[in-house]
Amino acid sequence: MLFGIYSLVSASLFVILDAVDVAFTEASVGAGVSTVFMLGTLALTTSREKTPVAHKPLLPLLVVTITGLALVYGTWDIPPYGDPANPIHHHLVQRFIEDSPREIGIPNVVTSVLASYRGYDTLGETTVVFTAAIGVLVLVGGARRRRSRKDESE
Amino acid sequence: MKRYTIPRLGAKLLLPLILLFALYVQFHGDYGPGGGFQAGVIFGAGFILYALIYGMDHARRLMPPWLLRIGISLGVLIYASVGLLGLLLGGNYLDYGVLDHHDPAHGQHLGILLVELGVGITVSAVMVTIFYAFAGRGR
Repeated sequence: MLFGIYSLVSASLFVILDAVDVAFTEASVGAGVSTVFMLGTLALTTSREKTPVAHKPLLPLLVVTITGLALVYGTWDIPPYGDPANPIHHHLVQRFIEDSPREIGIPNVVTSVLASYRGYDTLGETTVVFTAAIGVLVLVGGARRRRSRKDESE
Repeated sequence: MKRYTIPRLGAKLLLPLILLFALYVQFHGDYGPGGGFQAGVIFGAGFILYALIYGMDHARRLMPPWLLRIGISLGVLIYASVGLLGLLLGGNYLDYGVLDHHDPAHGQHLGILLVELGVGITVSAVMVTIFYAFAGRGR
């Protein structure tokens, strides 16, 4: 529930920031569908945690710490937030905004960047969504079939 | 939840509007906010609402899982084939400009429309599939 409210609030924030497309996605995915999925997951789980197999927490802790440090190290190279001299404001954005009406000819620059200039990325994203569905089907959808096969053998 | 009158009638009123709005977002994405992804999610959410109100059996009869599996792969296939079509017509992969001989901008229009359609089909099918997988498990 809290996640849903959070998504709705951040969607309104995106509208205020004039990022209507992002707000749209946030409202439909974050507040709408994922809340339903969350409730569905809650209905599947029990209130007690299964006692995990005993193992040493040192190795996972080490891996998490190293990954976290690497990510923090990566943030040092990020240009300062909101600086108008950042490369993103000079390099590509200007070209997209200036040339998109002539090259693509549709009013929504977000769509033209998403589907045409960044076509490979969007194809990759669609494949990610596709892979996610395959993963869910393998993990959750397969159990039913195994159970029914057991029913047949009984 | 089928026994309760108010949710059932409310869903009946809302559903056509939700699905119509999804189609609007899908095909109006060039001009306003939105696009394939958002439209797919809205379409999927509308369908999930139907399944929540009228029950999984009705929903499965209306949108059987095999159809969803076809939908999941069909969308990616449409996207990738539009790219290949550009390659066959002498352009680069995913270069929609060559889809129309007279005006590259028209080709871009067509390409974006088809690609967004592919995204929309995949995303809506994936949303309903995940919902089926979660909701159908408990029984």
